[in-house]
Amino acid sequence: MADLSINLAGIKSPNPFWLASAPPTNSGYQVQRAFEAGWGGAVWKTLGEPILNVSSRFAAISFNGQRVMGFNNIELITDRPLEENLKEIYETKKRFPDRAVVASLMVEPKREKWHEIVKRVEDVGVDGLELNFGCPHGMAERGMGSASGQVPELVERQTYWVKEVARTPVIVKLTPNITDITATAEAAAQGGADAISLINTINSLMGVDLDTWNTIPHVAGKGAHGGYCGPAVKPIALNMVAECARHPRIRIPISGIGGISNWRDAVEFMLMGATGVQVCTAVMHHGFRIIEDMIEGLNHYLDEKGIASVMDIVGKSVSKYSDWGDLDLNYKVVARIHRERCIQCNKCYISCEDASHQCIERLVDENGKEYLKVREEDCVGCNLCSIVCPVDGAIEMVEVPSEHPPMTWNERQAALGRLSGCSVDIKSL
Amino acid sequence: MTLFPFFKNDAWRGMEMEQSRLEKNFEEVEPGLTDREAMEEANRCLYCYDAPCIRACPTGIDIPAFIKKIASGNVKGSAKTIMLSNPVGASCARVCPTEELCEGACVLNHSTKPIMIGKLQRYATDWAIRNKEVLFQAGRKNGKTVAVVGGGPAGLSSARELARLGYEVTIFEAENQAGGLNTYGIVSFRLPQNISLWEVNQIKSLGVQIRTNTRVGKDIEVNELLENYDAVVLAVGMGKVPKLGIPGEDLDGVYDAIELIKETKTKPLTDRLVGKRVVVIGAGNTAIDAATCSVRLGAENVKILYRRTKEEMTAYEFEYEFAKQDGVEFRWLTAPKRIIGDSKGKVTHVECVRMELGEPDADGRRRPLPVEGSEFIMPVDVVIKAIGQERHIELIEAFGLEHDHGVVKVNPETYQTSNPKVFACGDVIFERGKGEAMVVVAAQQGKEAAYGIHRYLTKAVSETA
Repeated sequence: MADLSINLAGIKSPNPFWLASAPPTNSGYQVQRAFEAGWGGAVWKTLGEPILNVSSRFAAISFNGQRVMGFNNIELITDRPLEENLKEIYETKKRFPDRAVVASLMVEPKREKWHEIVKRVEDVGVDGLELNFGCPHGMAERGMGSASGQVPELVERQTYWVKEVARTPVIVKLTPNITDITATAEAAAQGGADAISLINTINSLMGVDLDTWNTIPHVAGKGAHGGYCGPAVKPIALNMVAECARHPRIRIPISGIGGISNWRDAVEFMLMGATGVQVCTAVMHHGFRIIEDMIEGLNHYLDEKGIASVMDIVGKSVSKYSDWGDLDLNYKVVARIHRERCIQCNKCYISCEDASHQCIERLVDENGKEYLKVREEDCVGCNLCSIVCPVDGAIEMVEVPSEHPPMTWNERQAALGRLSGCSVDIKSL
Repeated sequence: MTLFPFFKNDAWRGMEMEQSRLEKNFEEVEPGLTDREAMEEANRCLYCYDAPCIRACPTGIDIPAFIKKIASGNVKGSAKTIMLSNPVGASCARVCPTEELCEGACVLNHSTKPIMIGKLQRYATDWAIRNKEVLFQAGRKNGKTVAVVGGGPAGLSSARELARLGYEVTIFEAENQAGGLNTYGIVSFRLPQNISLWEVNQIKSLGVQIRTNTRVGKDIEVNELLENYDAVVLAVGMGKVPKLGIPGEDLDGVYDAIELIKETKTKPLTDRLVGKRVVVIGAGNTAIDAATCSVRLGAENVKILYRRTKEEMTAYEFEYEFAKQDGVEFRWLTAPKRIIGDSKGKVTHVECVRMELGEPDADGRRRPLPVEGSEFIMPVDVVIKAIGQERHIELIEAFGLEHDHGVVKVNPETYQTSNPKVFACGDVIFERGKGEAMVVVAAQQGKEAAYGIHRYLTKAVSETA
């Protein structure tokens, strides 16, 4: 059994799986049920001035008949009185002292407001604070959430205010609804944040009803953009986590969020620099019980790899993430179809023919049996055929030796520059 | 599906079975897919390019396309895709031996499990039936007329295609309703009659005239057709079950399987098989239908007697399994020698003889030979003959067509007979030992005969012009 415990900027938890600040962490009852199931931590549903919610709040999209590929909500922060939440946080922490209980906070961008709420939640014994600068709907219209989170100066200033009084670690939760998330991540670090968490939800409109022409969801015939999350956003979140992780001026731990549904997703986020992960949509879909497989699967993975502590995988893939200009132009892979595994659906053929480089041939062997073959000299190694192939291992992307030594675009431009007598160093541009 | 609970209950013995209970036995056995089941299954389809399932379908339905349309919610389009290629596609969704055809060719046989193509086809066509969709329109009238003799799958299929090409088509149907085998010859619990009649109505909606209760050669002369129409499609299928050629065949209690099945589809169900011991002679699909039909009519025991073995039987595997589950017993290498009756002329016994297999005969199957001295007597109340069907030789000869023992000779490309005006398709051209006489094959032949006529008549136009 590997050691699954983590330490994120001083916040400790017995495993890296936390519940994200969201409907599953709305009450003490829920968080305690989650802890009973095995969750390592929970970020409480955002506390602030109680709000009013609308009815008809969630929507999801299915993909090829599978439910909840993506999920969206227009629910706001907690609608329960602060006192009630604080009481339940206290009770929960008392019952589960080993779990991480983090208070998510959102108040108006005023120094005294932040000071006041930080003191109140720290008094009930939270392990850390998460500043919600990400919520994209409702609160943003009141100058909070992503309205703050999209402006680096506001992120830095409010983080600073919190840090003036906070005794526990401060995590800044970032919105993805911004061109470059490293700008706000850096601002958080500048403001003194102990960690960042990302991503919050993405602005989205889930759909339009073909019969009523209403938005999905709609509130009495009107809709508003919501926050998108779930498996569909995972690649977007993973990139943002990786960009922050490899940024030289963002040197604080990351709590990864965005479409994490199982232990495999969690491992990916951790390899890309997250010290722990937060989960919401998968729990909304299946309940707290998914934690059992998450813990067990992670354990088995680490044991199989001979890794003693989950903290040892954090950031191990970050150095492998780079810019396009640093990729080797002379590296070559080609597709190879394994006849014995091929079931001849011809999906690879038609996708290559219509959408890539027309290098798969339909042939007939001496026994009159049809088969598919890649014309390797014309294959550009796009992977499309292996992506559409429905059979595991039927199409393999094979590395082929290059006639040329490795050369990146940046190196090539630099070399060209030298050749033309120009001394511009492309890399510093 | 096992025996029905009330069959196991002795209480019903000697009592009249309630009509409604019998009727329940004749309700369709296989449930259709729910919307969600259909959606999940449709999404599992790989949407192969140049898919082998299409090639395996005798009518060449674009199966991946119709399945994709189910997945996208375009169920009407799905039904259209199916019915365009197969004018009796709703019936075929239920009666095709899919594991030998489309599903057998599904590439997923090599990786996971094949797509339930038949059930998806049924889902789409059921939707069209439920929504009273009219899927096709007649082509612009070209002023030419075609007579179709026989309104079964082949005849309907040719009529549909001819109407789409602009011909004025009249179907001459001997029965009270068109649809042939699908309407009368397949048990309701596998193919309810309304499915076949919907297909008939689809064809009527293209302006095709159907003259029912009109037997060509009796109610209307062959020459009348030859003289009054530009072309004729001969699609008369097969006739009644032939004689067994053994003593006792005319006793009370000997039935023709086709007639028995037809009766259950056209008249109120009777209790005359309740508690009876039934033997069915033959092991084709009709024999199975007659046997399961008897079980569901309340027969106490139903045996199928077949003079060869399971290997030679022509019934589909799924039919055989279905019969076994209904409690039908099989007596292989057993042939009837004599049907014995009492003084009132009612069947009481059947004398059988054991058989053994000899050398293969003309159709390649090993010839059964009686084992001398192996006769035995079996007490029975009912004997159902299901040993194939007679051919309409008289009608074929009235048309003056070349034939081989009632199998009309046609050009395999055009389906043209020895009379250039007459085209033939379906069972009337089906040769023994040449594949299977499937509804789906008849449907394809009907289409091809229609195209053959179109080529023939348009060529005639261009030649005379």
